[in-house]
Amino acid sequence: MAKLTELTIADAADGLANKDFSALELTQAYIDSFDAARDLNVFITETPDLAIEQAKASDERRSKGDTAGTMDGIPIANKDLFCTEGVLTTAASHILDGFKPTYESTVSGNLKAAGAVMVGKTNLDEFAMGSATVTSYYGPTKNPWRGSNNLDLVPGGSSGGSAAAVAAQMCLGATGTDTGGSIRQPASFCGIVGMKPTYGRCSRWGVIAFASSLDQPGTFTRTVKDTAIMLQTMAGHDPKDSTSAPFELPDFTAALSGDIRGLKIGIPKEYRIDSMPEAIEKLWQQGIDWVKDAGAEIVDVSLPLTKYALPVYYIIAPAEASSNLARYDGVRFGLRVPGESLDEMYENTRGEGFGDEVLRRILIGTYALSAGYYDAYYLKAQQVRKLIAEEFNQVFENVDALLTPTAPSAAFAIGEKMDDPIAMYLNDVFTVPSSLAGLPGISVPAGLDDNNLPLGMQIIGKAFDEETVLRVAGVVESQGNFTAKPSFLAGGAS
Amino acid sequence: MSYLVKGETGDWEVIIGLEVHAQVISNSKLFSGASTTFGSEPNSNVSLVDSAMPGMLPVINKKCIEQAVRTGLGLKAQINRRSVFDRKNYFYADLPQGYQISQFKHPIVGEGTVILDLPDGETREVGIERLHLEQDAGKSLHDQDPKRTFIDLNRSGVALMEIVSKPDMRSPEDAGAYVRKLRSIVRYLGTCDGNMDEGSMRADVNVSVRPVGSDELRTRTETKNVNSVRFMMQTIEYEARRQVEAYESGGEVVQETRLFDSVKCETRSMRSKEFAHDYRYFPDPDLLPIEFSQEFVDEIKASLPELPDDKKERFMNDFGLSAYDAGVLVVEKETAGYFEALAKGRDAKIAANWVITNLFAVLNAAGVSISKSPVSSENLGKLLDLIADNTISGRTAKDVFEEMAETVGDPVKIVEEKGLTQITDTGEIEGIIDQIIAENPKQVEQFKGGNEKIAGWFVGQAMKASGGKANPQAVNEILKKKLS
Repeated sequence: MAKLTELTIADAADGLANKDFSALELTQAYIDSFDAARDLNVFITETPDLAIEQAKASDERRSKGDTAGTMDGIPIANKDLFCTEGVLTTAASHILDGFKPTYESTVSGNLKAAGAVMVGKTNLDEFAMGSATVTSYYGPTKNPWRGSNNLDLVPGGSSGGSAAAVAAQMCLGATGTDTGGSIRQPASFCGIVGMKPTYGRCSRWGVIAFASSLDQPGTFTRTVKDTAIMLQTMAGHDPKDSTSAPFELPDFTAALSGDIRGLKIGIPKEYRIDSMPEAIEKLWQQGIDWVKDAGAEIVDVSLPLTKYALPVYYIIAPAEASSNLARYDGVRFGLRVPGESLDEMYENTRGEGFGDEVLRRILIGTYALSAGYYDAYYLKAQQVRKLIAEEFNQVFENVDALLTPTAPSAAFAIGEKMDDPIAMYLNDVFTVPSSLAGLPGISVPAGLDDNNLPLGMQIIGKAFDEETVLRVAGVVESQGNFTAKPSFLAGGAS
Repeated sequence: MSYLVKGETGDWEVIIGLEVHAQVISNSKLFSGASTTFGSEPNSNVSLVDSAMPGMLPVINKKCIEQAVRTGLGLKAQINRRSVFDRKNYFYADLPQGYQISQFKHPIVGEGTVILDLPDGETREVGIERLHLEQDAGKSLHDQDPKRTFIDLNRSGVALMEIVSKPDMRSPEDAGAYVRKLRSIVRYLGTCDGNMDEGSMRADVNVSVRPVGSDELRTRTETKNVNSVRFMMQTIEYEARRQVEAYESGGEVVQETRLFDSVKCETRSMRSKEFAHDYRYFPDPDLLPIEFSQEFVDEIKASLPELPDDKKERFMNDFGLSAYDAGVLVVEKETAGYFEALAKGRDAKIAANWVITNLFAVLNAAGVSISKSPVSSENLGKLLDLIADNTISGRTAKDVFEEMAETVGDPVKIVEEKGLTQITDTGEIEGIIDQIIAENPKQVEQFKGGNEKIAGWFVGQAMKASGGKANPQAVNEILKKKLS
């Protein structure tokens, strides 16, 4: 049998059901792997004691024959943007120093209720603002994959800690949040599967807000099937979130029929950008061939507004963030840096509490919403956003899903692009358009570039049609047969 | 007669608009399940949403939507079946979210009308610009500690209706009548309790002035959070005078926010640096637009009570009351109900008089509302019946009424126990009068000498001698006969 840390969620669930091993043994195996991986800086908070307690409870349920479902006893990690009851929750920001919520986010709560075992809270870009997990107050996370020149690479972001944790086999699955690509891009950089479901599919209640109209919780797993299993547990209508979709969940695992015959897969020509490395071009063509071989029909489509997506995103997201982050004022929780007056206390607290990237976005957003600029920036951006969504809808009248690269590059070195925010923002060029439209998207590892770094393919679907997205992803996964392991694992660490 | 400010250069007209903040009657807050009970321990009615903990999201309280629509219908206003919540961004310690959820571009209620009942019985229309829903902020307590400010979030997130008038008022009296009428309407509707001393209703007062005859709109000032009708009227008087003086001394009026100082009876500028906000309004992405059907509106409409204007009209038509009396009686639903019960099967004008003159005096003196009146409408009715069937005189009735107010007694019993039944036996009255005539020959002389006014003195003496029980009409007739 494979090592416990090499299993998939589906395998582990079978193993637990067959009593091949206990949840405690499984959990212990993952906790034991933490020491060797500490250099990756995956976790902001490790929760081994809690995990062991939860694993024991899971075993006890199982011994009585009343397990809570497939996820019962499965070790997972939560992005440290999900509020977890009694466990430090930081959003990777100094400003949330010491903040232990008295409540559990709906998504992490759903997993908890289903018996999943939380092993830790993963690192991220501060307040999920970034594409490299380098803006964290707790330092950058390293990608378990190393380049041929042996540089430390970023895991992508903002959910880089979760992506790295799954890739480095420190847990079986992890939650993330995706605002403009924060799940799909790190999944691509770390060679695992990452899915952002349709906006409204997973509740945002208890998730620290970055940009409310875009934020959406999702999954990191090693296989598409695991994604289906985990999403099934996390998602669903939540009356506590007014933007949560009041729909019954389909059976995501049942959607993985492997049969995409007759499906129409759109290839958007605007995603073929000038600066894209040849390896990605090649891989994309390979992906097209895979789905064609599996019986899908390839349709060339055009999404001419794609080029406006990044500018629109970088107005709307900071605008919402500038307002969402107003509550971090030193009055009720987290960091307070005293001052002579209330205003001075605000200035001191927020000045010290927020990092540069967060401050930059608060300033951009405040500017975009200011009197005299609102119409030219925020209002215009909302109008274009609507057009982008309509454009997707039109294309989806003729196709069932879109196939694109996930990111315009493989993982880059820590420190790179740090002094050039625009270059950093370009990371999300393929993920942002569908985020603006609220559509479901997944990144599936599909191959390696010239430096032996993983690259992902993205499948985008219609709103609330995660089933088709998963079905196509399953085919890309099996056709691509991606088996490469990150250098961190290949290097003999266990 | 219009209200004008006399300046050195001539008369000035005052232009007034009010933004009234009315707390919605609902068990829980606008976006959370926390209680809205007034007077609870500080920070005891606070949910995770009200304290803006990370990751918390607002969920609209449907009851508040209903109440806003209900109020809109009561103001004969346009109901907008689609409206949007916006964020109004500013930092303050008692505003935990760092923004107030309000409605900016698309309010739930549009234009409507309020009819003012003026003291002379005339009416005057004031336009409603809009009504929107918004969250209240918490309270900063600066007097609990020498160095620190304490925060009470009990009010944080409580639903308010901001009712914005058009600049249609021209005098402090107009403004007073407007707020009183608005209060009356929302109390009838059950959408706001109108308790100004608990802060359930307060107003921002917008004032500008212009020379009589001009139709320009000059710069206005906004005096914030004035919490009584009297203070609103004082604010207007002070501001109008101040602005006229500013213009006449060659100065300008600055568009600014001011505060009313109720001790000094004056308004003061709030420092502009602190309050020159750019609120950066934008639609709240945590909330979907509010949308509802015409049926929802119709259902609420069907459940509306008879409102003061309609009731007043009916009282005038059915009971023959004057506009003034009808207007006074309908201000409070309970008063109108009391009056209607009293007037049933009785002379309505007499009933109205008793309520407005005698009952109100008793209630005011005791400082109680009509629902706690010591004199029930049933007992007052019995008293009126005793007058109507000549059992007691009107004068005796006043004494009985006082007794009723004091002892919460039944008038029939009081009259019986105290033997106050009117003397209608002419023989007995004749005896009393004969005696008075016999004892006062001088006055008899005066009367016979042509001083007819002295007749009144004789009536008074006769009444006094009978202990007020003699029927005044009989006294008059017998006196006339005896003296002639």
